[in-house]
Amino acid sequence: MSDEGGVGGRVGKGLQSLSTFGSGTTRLEIAAIIATAVIVIGGLEAALRWFEVPHYILPPPSAIAVALVGDFPLILPHLGHTLVVLLSGFAIGAGIGIFLAAIITQFPFAEKIIAPYILILVTTPMLALVPLLILRFGFGYEPRIIAVALASGPMVMINSATGFRRVDANKIALARSYGASVLQIFWKIRAPMALPMILVGLMIGAIFGLLTAVGAEMVGGGFGLGNRLTTYSSMIQMPQFFGVVLILSFLGILIYVIFFLIGKKWASWET
Amino acid sequence: MATNTSGQAKLAIRNAGKRYGAVVALEGCALEVEANTIVSIVGPSGCGKTTLLWSMSGLHALSEGEILLDGTPIVKPRPEIGLVFQEANLLPWRNLLGNILFPFEVKGQKPDRAWIDHLLERVNLKGFEKAFPNELSGGMQQRASIVRALSLRPSVLLMDEPFGALDAFTREEMNQLVEEIWLETQTTIVFITHSIEEALFLSDKVVVLTPRPGRVLNVYDVPFARPRTMEVMAGKDAFDLHHRIKADIYGQQRSGGGAAAEASGAAAAE
Repeated sequence: MSDEGGVGGRVGKGLQSLSTFGSGTTRLEIAAIIATAVIVIGGLEAALRWFEVPHYILPPPSAIAVALVGDFPLILPHLGHTLVVLLSGFAIGAGIGIFLAAIITQFPFAEKIIAPYILILVTTPMLALVPLLILRFGFGYEPRIIAVALASGPMVMINSATGFRRVDANKIALARSYGASVLQIFWKIRAPMALPMILVGLMIGAIFGLLTAVGAEMVGGGFGLGNRLTTYSSMIQMPQFFGVVLILSFLGILIYVIFFLIGKKWASWET
Repeated sequence: MATNTSGQAKLAIRNAGKRYGAVVALEGCALEVEANTIVSIVGPSGCGKTTLLWSMSGLHALSEGEILLDGTPIVKPRPEIGLVFQEANLLPWRNLLGNILFPFEVKGQKPDRAWIDHLLERVNLKGFEKAFPNELSGGMQQRASIVRALSLRPSVLLMDEPFGALDAFTREEMNQLVEEIWLETQTTIVFITHSIEEALFLSDKVVVLTPRPGRVLNVYDVPFARPRTMEVMAGKDAFDLHHRIKADIYGQQRSGGGAAAEASGAAAAE
């Protein structure tokens, strides 16, 4: 079983399912998609009102929308904070992850020795370290950025390493037959070959980073979307709470779409 | 094209040997390839054909002996030598033109666009420059890889079973194309193949290698005039040559018959 058949393959399949919303979508399909959305949201609204479900259990979509729009100026700085944590932590983690993957795959012996530790880093929820990080670095940005980097880095690394390990001896021989240097072989053969798997790693890493950022914000400190979740729920402001949940799912979808589009542009040769 | 000085072979293989651990792939292999000729190397699987070709390309070092190009030993890949691989070996993330420009990029040379355009025209790939390899048929991909190899105007073209993966009809088209290109460029071509028909159609000389260790068993001259017609290739002379080469290869498999003896032994045991 190759690694591509695992996480990467499944994400690839998932990415393909998104492509059903491509140019081939007819007007009828668009109408059906919109109609379904209206029926689901409208039906939920009607049902919650009909059964007089209290807002603190599940607020109707209209109340969530009103709260989201009304309180958005209050939520916005928290969104900004979460984005700073996510983007900087992800950039650090992904940068180190890709770099280490590129280096380590050149030395199979070292790779075998390091592999178990990488696996531990990948499988341990880095959220577990957040209380410790807060103890050491306080309630500012640092512990959260470190947690995000620790969560996304190994994900990026393990997938990138799979990419860099895909050596095609004939393609390297081709480059060598034209006198390519080791560096040229890396940039013109190994790196483009690894790119599809690197993108998969970046996407998974970014989503793990988002989870960790929000989780870390829930653990402590007075800022971020995660902090809003705990605050709103403790104040039983459920419409606002669900408004924040909507923003988070929007962020998740955004990550997915961004990497889908990058993959479509730069790695479409693979499919 | 490099002109050949009096009587000196374009490529000279002298006592070439190659070992992979305990396996002797080539031993005491000697062969001369005259300039502006096509020489095919045939032989059963595992006879060291590919090893020999890769050594000529400078990608693999020999364990003993040497291979001379225009009198100087080949110790690393040289720009005068073009290589065509078994599969087209295009880079799938580059479009066709990107693949053809790849050698120039690596070498930091300005591509000769007029020559490349001419070659693309020649192999009927004009208009496909923007296509990616996975959008091209196997024959088109291999044609593109031939253009890539010829784009640097090599004086020697090494082809390693280039059409083995193609269907029979495409293969015949490709053989004609190679002959046409050779008639135009007069490149020295060394061609490895499993197909005796292909070897006879293309070559001035057909070299038969023996397996393990790879050695030159026989060299046949193929005297037919070019361009070679279907009638000539279906004629008695071609048939006789075909038969002799086949007997060489088949005879090796029989007399080298450790495997055959084992097989019959196993059959008897059952």
